[in-house]
Amino acid sequence: MSFPVRKLLTIVTEAAIESLLVRDLERLGAQGYTVSEARGKGSRGVRNADWDATRNVRIEVVCDAPTADRIAAHLQARYYDDYGMILFVSDITVLRAEKF
Amino acid sequence: MSTLDPILLFFLLGVAAGLLRSELRLPSSVYELVSMLLLLAIGLKGGIELAQQPFGQLLPQILAAVVMGAALTLVAFPVLFYAGRFKRADAASIAAHYGSVSVATYAVAVAWFGSRGIEFEAHMPLLLAVLEIPAILVGILLARGFSREVRLGAVAHDVFLGKGIVLIVGGLLIGWAAGPEGVASIKPLFFDLFKGILALFLLEMGLITATQIGGLRRYGLFLVAFGIGMPLFSAVVGTAVGMMLGLSLGGVAMLATLAASCSYIAVPAAMRISVPDANPALSLAASLGVTFPFNVLVGIPLYHALAVRAHALFRA
Repeated sequence: MSFPVRKLLTIVTEAAIESLLVRDLERLGAQGYTVSEARGKGSRGVRNADWDATRNVRIEVVCDAPTADRIAAHLQARYYDDYGMILFVSDITVLRAEKF
Repeated sequence: MSTLDPILLFFLLGVAAGLLRSELRLPSSVYELVSMLLLLAIGLKGGIELAQQPFGQLLPQILAAVVMGAALTLVAFPVLFYAGRFKRADAASIAAHYGSVSVATYAVAVAWFGSRGIEFEAHMPLLLAVLEIPAILVGILLARGFSREVRLGAVAHDVFLGKGIVLIVGGLLIGWAAGPEGVASIKPLFFDLFKGILALFLLEMGLITATQIGGLRRYGLFLVAFGIGMPLFSAVVGTAVGMMLGLSLGGVAMLATLAASCSYIAVPAAMRISVPDANPALSLAASLGVTFPFNVLVGIPLYHALAVRAHALFRA
């Protein structure tokens, strides 16, 4: 059998803007999202999550292709200049297409 | 008392361990718990005392604190913008940090005053909570102006319901409602362990400070000079305001310390959201790399001496 294909959007960014982001995601049509704490290193140096200012989050959203495009375009325009943020999109297969 | 308070030795241990790149770190949830305990303890202590005095008398002091927080931000901004040649957003953000207050500095001052038997007005935690707010709003207005669309409602929600304010004010209310007898049952955790908790907290503060010292090398001498000069100026303002309000000697010294202290939790979080183009590394390097260590190691005794002078001069 073949599974339906959806997009997995993964965003790694500063924990400070988590509340702004999830508001945007819902407004742009995401049916749900998963947030986890994250640490690592990137172009803005080490983010070791020692305390509030160095905390990162990883936000994952499963959605259809148009929604993924919409979210990606919005985040790029709104946040890329001022915040440490990376975003990547992958194709995934899901079991229950109606959920996403 | 010439020896350094042990809690400050914990701070220095943290700085040394951080500079030597030790593996040492407090798990972030422990850090969060420890800072919650400090905020609640500070609030509770004030609340118990507040239960014994009429609220109406505090109103002028609350107003004075609001004006002082806003004024210090307004003084710091042009210094940073014109003399320091910082971008508008950076100048506004750093200014807001210096107009607001640091709970950690306050806690160290409480311990310092306590070990010397210096009394101060019990409602200081209330002023501490009040002082956090105006600088944030002024800072955002300085950066954004009135013209552009600023979602002040959302900002106000985040500011008034920030972790620090909810816990201090919540502690105040619980202490006020329960009174000294009611709070006696939770006293061992919040009051008896206060200095031990503070020591752990300062260990982590030392580690965080060490990470900011590296940033200072990049941003130069002006930031270091500002990080020491601004709190000294603010302490004089705080002393003057305290004298005008007719506070006790300890109260004047505490208000001077609050004025001199510089936020590193509430303001960075608010600025990151509301003034995104301000570089947080700049304000944290100044606030944590310079001003916090200066205040806890040198500042507090200095501000106390200043208050002693002022009292001798004007109350004699």
